[in-house]
Amino acid sequence: MTAAGPVRGARRSRRLAGAGAVIRRRLLVAVPVLAATSAGMFALGAASPIDPAQQYAGAAAFTTSEENLAQIRANWGVDDPLPVQYARWVGNLLQGDLGWSTSRHEPVTAVLAARAGWTLLLVGAALVLVLLASLLLGTLAAYRRGGWFDRALRASAYAVQSMPVFWLGLAAIAVFALSLGWLPAGGLTDITTTGTDPADVARHLILPVTVLALSQAPWFVLFIRDAVADSLRDDHVLAARARGLPGRTVLFGHALRTALLPFLTLVGTHLPELVGGAVLVETVFSLPGLGAVTVQAALGSDFPLLAATTLATTVVVLTANLLTDLGYAAADPRVRLDD
Amino acid sequence: MGKPLSARVTALAVATALAVAGCSSATSPAGTNAGGTFVVATGGEPETLNPVLNYGVDGGSLIFDGLVARDGRNQLVPALARELPVVSADGRTVTARLRDGVRFHDGAALTAQDVVFTYQAVLDPKVDSTLRSDLDMLTSVTAPDPSTVVFTLKYAYAPFLQRLTLGIVPAKAFAGQDVNRAEFNRKPVGTGPYRVTSWVPGDRLVLAANEKYWGGKPANSGVVVAFVADDNVRAQRMRAGEFDAAELAPKLAAGFDGQPGHRVHRVPTADYRGVMLPMGNPVLGDPAIRRALNAAVDRQAMVTGVLGGAGEPAFGPVPPSSDFAEPSIAGKPAADLATAAAVLDAAGWRPGPDGVRVKDGRPAAFTLMYPATDSLRKELALAVTADAKKAGITVTPEGLTWDAITPRMKTDALVMGYGTPYDPDFVSYKLFGSALAGQGFFNPGRYVSPVVDKALQDGRDNADPATRKAAYATFQKQLATDLPWVFLTYLQHTYVVRDAVVGVTPRVEPHEHDVANSLWWNIDTWTRTS
Repeated sequence: MTAAGPVRGARRSRRLAGAGAVIRRRLLVAVPVLAATSAGMFALGAASPIDPAQQYAGAAAFTTSEENLAQIRANWGVDDPLPVQYARWVGNLLQGDLGWSTSRHEPVTAVLAARAGWTLLLVGAALVLVLLASLLLGTLAAYRRGGWFDRALRASAYAVQSMPVFWLGLAAIAVFALSLGWLPAGGLTDITTTGTDPADVARHLILPVTVLALSQAPWFVLFIRDAVADSLRDDHVLAARARGLPGRTVLFGHALRTALLPFLTLVGTHLPELVGGAVLVETVFSLPGLGAVTVQAALGSDFPLLAATTLATTVVVLTANLLTDLGYAAADPRVRLDD
Repeated sequence: MGKPLSARVTALAVATALAVAGCSSATSPAGTNAGGTFVVATGGEPETLNPVLNYGVDGGSLIFDGLVARDGRNQLVPALARELPVVSADGRTVTARLRDGVRFHDGAALTAQDVVFTYQAVLDPKVDSTLRSDLDMLTSVTAPDPSTVVFTLKYAYAPFLQRLTLGIVPAKAFAGQDVNRAEFNRKPVGTGPYRVTSWVPGDRLVLAANEKYWGGKPANSGVVVAFVADDNVRAQRMRAGEFDAAELAPKLAAGFDGQPGHRVHRVPTADYRGVMLPMGNPVLGDPAIRRALNAAVDRQAMVTGVLGGAGEPAFGPVPPSSDFAEPSIAGKPAADLATAAAVLDAAGWRPGPDGVRVKDGRPAAFTLMYPATDSLRKELALAVTADAKKAGITVTPEGLTWDAITPRMKTDALVMGYGTPYDPDFVSYKLFGSALAGQGFFNPGRYVSPVVDKALQDGRDNADPATRKAAYATFQKQLATDLPWVFLTYLQHTYVVRDAVVGVTPRVEPHEHDVANSLWWNIDTWTRTS
């Protein structure tokens, strides 16, 4: 047993031997994907009948003259032909300038810098929580399939799956903030503080992170439960059991490990849904993340900001896919990267 | 990220005062910020804090002052101008003399150049300001000396002083900068009762009292404006005790009625909702149909049912709270189906076999558009549909996006809304005059009435209040006769305030209200009972 460590390590590094080439290849593919995504955004923008200047004027649009709106559109260059606008945008992008957000009235980089961090924190924390919780709960449920814990877990998973995330959020506020008074109802920090104290932020993020994790949990929990239950009947697991290994070792060391492989793929494909849920959670808990501004940008035909958030999301999804594949290669000896 | 200096100074002062008070408990820290910090919550967040780019143009902006301001009755009072600016006999020159010793939050003195810069920035076509449309009459702004500003107008414009509530920005802050993209728009410097400590968009705006405010030191140490877009969430956080005051939808505010520790303010507005009836529609072009609709709608039921009691019936575009309101145009708040039937009978619209009235083979039917995302307008459209059915008129409500609505406005009816409490010229000239008919949202139904055109022009040209009042009376009566719109309701803005807050003085509000011009327009005088 003691000699197994280094040997296993060597085997694993051999399995990842082709990783560098894969990453290079993926980067090459990423460039046309990103170009296509951003060009698609601009094409959609051209097809959109929404007048960004009218959106910008808001209620004042009813008293603003056509000439006034035309001047504003000219200042923004939004009446220029699409290829001109796209070329200008790409030119600026190559210089590190993501453009000017017409709906937020500040540089797109400033919008992203101020808000992306909070969204990433929310999504990241929720992902960690949902992974840990679903691995643990799903495996335990599979171990005593049909038992009271399994049945209760499945019932609550179906119940939660049928609840919209904003409803979960409002219910959580009603219970934990209003009735019990344990946690704040929203915002990033206490409303009268001026700085951002990490402890204060953490306290404010407990409810949103839990609600987001809970809303995504049914998928993960049910998947883990089924996968582990299946692999408990696999030959190698039965063999391990027959050799008299302790139940916990068999469950977590053999059955769960086999079940993890398809789960990795699931995490990768489920990420966009998690981001979608984050938009709603940010709204319910009044968090200054990217969710609200993305909706605002879409409604106001703010294409520089939309293109930037779309690109950022694309980058995250491509990276997640890459990591999933690398993780798969690391976990499954049958998958080889270098062919 | 440290606390702002003044907060530390305040804390020190309070600590010292407490230490002193420890010996003689009778002494209170004389007049120092007895109210502490107030937290107010709203759903509407400004996109910028620059008055040139439309922040708080009608005053009450907390951070800035205009040359003039409005009091609790929306009457003009001098602010940065020493007295109300003087209008020349021909109405085309307006002279303002500045108050002495006014300083911006950064300590710089206010000069006439700052006023000139502010208005010139609005007029500059390179600046993305929609306010330019409202200052159409302005030719130039000059400063003959550091404390005098002269406005030259293209034509006499009676309510010009009402346009001088625009907050004044320091010219120095924009030297060599693009006004549209200046740092100032997020970190503004004004002369107002509060200065900006920080603004986290989507979260909060933190304001600290301007201890050297020319109008007197604020009675509290600061204001936090929390931006909570969702109505339900705002109500829940109000309930959790996070806010001193919050703007809430009428039905949510009603939940606080009779709750200990809270009171509900229903503030009258000049914000009306009505149905625009285009003259180009073959059915709606018939005055009998318009009159029948006007009689058939049950405004009282809309106020009670749709607005949850937070509103009042509307019969014209000048709110009852205005000095210019013409009382004779008020009709019955409840539906009057007998009148509707009589009008339709007299005009030859006979009931068909299915109850729908018909004239010359044409059924009394039309489409009523409303912006699909506006639930209030949707409910009003459905209420009109139900009421019209009782009078034998078929209405097909259609929820659409604005881009689908705008091309159809000249032939299809639309639930619209706007209104301002300040001067009848502001909105009505564009909305009901024929000169600008069909331009964007200006008079989209192409209503043309020489009587109304003349009355609106008279109201604009004549400075004499009695002449203006007569002109707008004529205007309102003609509108009530021709009925290019069926006015439905005036809204009330509803706020929930904690009982301990003292000094809340509601005033009639315009359509737009967020940080500026809400219930907290005079928050610098608010205090708290302990």
